[in-house]
Amino acid sequence: MFKNIAFLLFFVSQFIYSQETIKGIVTDENNQPLLGANVFWFNTAIGTTTDGNGNFTIKKSPETTFLVVSYIGFETKKIEITSNTISVVLKEVNTLKEVVVSKTKKGTEHSLYKVQNIQVMGQKELLKAACCNLSESFSTNPSIDVNFSDAVTGNRQIKMLGLTSPYILIVEENIPSVRGASQAYGLSFVPGTWVESIQITKGAGSVINGYESISGQINYEVLKPSNDIPFFLNAYASQDERYEINTHFNNKFSDKLSSTLFLHGNTRVGKNDMNDDGFLDGPIGKQVNILNRWQYNDAENGIVSFLNVRYMNDEKQAGEMSFNPDTDRLTTNAWGSEINTEKIEISNKTGYVFPEMPYQSFGFQNSFQSHKQDSYFGLSQYDIHQKSFYSNLLFNSIINNTKHKFTTGLNFTYDDYNEFVAVNFNRDFSRIDNSVGAFFEYTYDNTDNFSLVAGARVDNHNRLGTFITPRLHIRYNPWKEAVIRASAGRGKRAANIFAENQQLFASNRSFSILNTDGKLYGLNPEIAWNYGLSFIQKFKLAGKDAEVILDYYRTDFQNQAVVDIDASPQQVLFYNLEGKSFANSFQAEFNIELIRHLNFKTSYKYYDVQTQFQTGQLQRALQAKHRFFANVAYETHIKDKGQQWKFDVTYNWLGKQRLPNTSSNPVAYQLGDYAPAFAVVNAQITRTFSSTFEVYVGGENMGNFKQNNGIVQNENPFGTYFDSSMLYGPTFGSMYYAGLRFKIKEKKKDQDDHIHIEDEEHNH
Amino acid sequence: MKKIVVIILSSLFSLTMVAQEKKSKNKKVEFKVAGNCEMCEKRVEKAAFSVKGVKSAEWHADHGDIHLIIDETKCSAKDVAKAIAAVGHDTEFVKAKDEDYDKLHGCCNYERIE
Repeated sequence: MFKNIAFLLFFVSQFIYSQETIKGIVTDENNQPLLGANVFWFNTAIGTTTDGNGNFTIKKSPETTFLVVSYIGFETKKIEITSNTISVVLKEVNTLKEVVVSKTKKGTEHSLYKVQNIQVMGQKELLKAACCNLSESFSTNPSIDVNFSDAVTGNRQIKMLGLTSPYILIVEENIPSVRGASQAYGLSFVPGTWVESIQITKGAGSVINGYESISGQINYEVLKPSNDIPFFLNAYASQDERYEINTHFNNKFSDKLSSTLFLHGNTRVGKNDMNDDGFLDGPIGKQVNILNRWQYNDAENGIVSFLNVRYMNDEKQAGEMSFNPDTDRLTTNAWGSEINTEKIEISNKTGYVFPEMPYQSFGFQNSFQSHKQDSYFGLSQYDIHQKSFYSNLLFNSIINNTKHKFTTGLNFTYDDYNEFVAVNFNRDFSRIDNSVGAFFEYTYDNTDNFSLVAGARVDNHNRLGTFITPRLHIRYNPWKEAVIRASAGRGKRAANIFAENQQLFASNRSFSILNTDGKLYGLNPEIAWNYGLSFIQKFKLAGKDAEVILDYYRTDFQNQAVVDIDASPQQVLFYNLEGKSFANSFQAEFNIELIRHLNFKTSYKYYDVQTQFQTGQLQRALQAKHRFFANVAYETHIKDKGQQWKFDVTYNWLGKQRLPNTSSNPVAYQLGDYAPAFAVVNAQITRTFSSTFEVYVGGENMGNFKQNNGIVQNENPFGTYFDSSMLYGPTFGSMYYAGLRFKIKEKKKDQDDHIHIEDEEHNH
Repeated sequence: MKKIVVIILSSLFSLTMVAQEKKSKNKKVEFKVAGNCEMCEKRVEKAAFSVKGVKSAEWHADHGDIHLIIDETKCSAKDVAKAIAAVGHDTEFVKAKDEDYDKLHGCCNYERIE
């Protein structure tokens, strides 16, 4: 009764003193005042700290009556304010409890609660690599290694768990995007500014997207028209005369319908030869890339739909400085290469969520892609045209309650390849592949510390046969701020041996396929199992947010399309694996926020990647056994108008790498057994002048490390020993760049954006 | 105070409404559940899921409402409130026993609903 009266009184007092402030004192259990305790209104940024006597005053908040009081080493307390003076007693804790303070979002998030080992790279992280396309976006991410594939095309190749990108399933919003013909250059056809976020899954992926993923999955989300800004401009120029421009035009036709037109153009006009080998360090060329994206959102009826239409044309020219394609094409006047690619894509996804049952939904994805590459490398020619259709129908629902969820569905894939190879033989490998599959994935979550995802799919493929793909993921939180994950799964795929190994065309090696009875270039399908274990612990180190991540993955091949460049430096052999082939990878990562806005990330990686070649069980060539990575990012406080400085430095150290066997070459053309260890430093500074305009400058490979023997027999590229594929490091030295970003925002959105910057860290 | 009046009125109102409505298999219900933290969230949701017929349960510390989707042929909002009160959390409909409240972890000792 008394409390009711107090309540009434409070109501009255609140009425009277609604403009007033609240006074209070914060003490520990022994009645000792706490200096510097944080006091703030729940879910707001309005707060204060206590003085030397533990006293504080705070203005009443119109939004909430809940006050949060926190102090490092003490339990955070949330109190409903019922009077104008309060005393708060905080309890000391031994294990430091997480403080419920909103904080700046990190560039890369490691979740404690998702079942799969997924890292999310947000816009912030993506901006650290100012240039320019998806293949370059991973340079600040320790889980993905970015290498140059050869000394001629300047193409970057990514690796995960010690395996190259064909073993990674790369999907755009869950539709397979970089596969088949686009395997070698596909990532460079996605401009970085189009990408909203990237999700990297290590180890066996989900069965929903297919059977092909072996070492992991990379999903990238493209900017959504419904929440995009009206206009965005990015311009970039670098010392090696590469120029890029990106513009996005967004229009919201109604609450429901919106569209963005993305225009990208780049041109590389500089003929550079920094390592004096007579060859261009990177290709010259140009690219036009256009995407028109439509989004229809009808929240009331639970419908979301996207339509993408894309056209891309990319032209590259590489080879000797003196090469002129008009007169020297496919002649021995000078060695040169041209790679022209045209890509057309139309895709649609539609989702329907049952309005009465938010846990039940349908999804339908369809995509048509045409990818046409015409190319020659010296006297060799390679043309591939892939027309593919992909369709996926999904249904999500629950069993009894949302602790038990499932996804099931059907998909269909059709690939029509026109493929022509002219090397030491001329052959037409044109073919049609198709597959249909059904999948079921069950997710259990005890809403506390344990969840699992168990999935399986059955597929029928005209070349791979009928087969089952099982995948399992488990997550367990053994104690506070920690998670253990385990995964296992099988992957099966048809290797596109030429498309995936195009760097070998830029050599005078002869190609041979040793098996003839298989259905894929005479070879059998690749089959591998992947097992993984990972552990994350987040903690406070002297009051700083820190995390340790340990993970171990093993990929075991039952069959592999082995690419053997060790049998002889004048040959490439393709054959079915006979014996063992595996990739073990161990990674230890330590991240800490040293002071507010200063983040430090380090990681050490160990790879043991071995394959049974004809000449014996060997470590995979051009793969460092030890790698070390460090990244420091600092940003100043955002001022009123959005002014800010951002600094970012990345250090990559690669241990020695085994080089392909060149011992039978004349001494001048031998490379030795191992490449030396080396380090590369990249840095970037961004100056934001307002929330709509910023400029950045940066440097790559600032230590100026160069591999000078990137091309063997560069003085006579039509000679027996010519080879540009044995590349272990950069061939150009340091390179500097600058760029700007300009945005036009919607008036009312300004406020939202500001809040967004100080977004809370959501772990769920 | 105002809140309480609204709550009482609305609960009375909704109770009378329910009596006339057809029982839905996917009924959306929400009511107040007192609690503080992430541990509370897990405890409250776990208790809600222990009731047969609860399809979805989400509780948020910031506004203190639990959002449920229940099969009304199998359970009622009050059944869920009872189950939540039994693990020590006061709800709009049912209060927790003091002994259950006292069993809660230190950081979960929320301000009790009066």
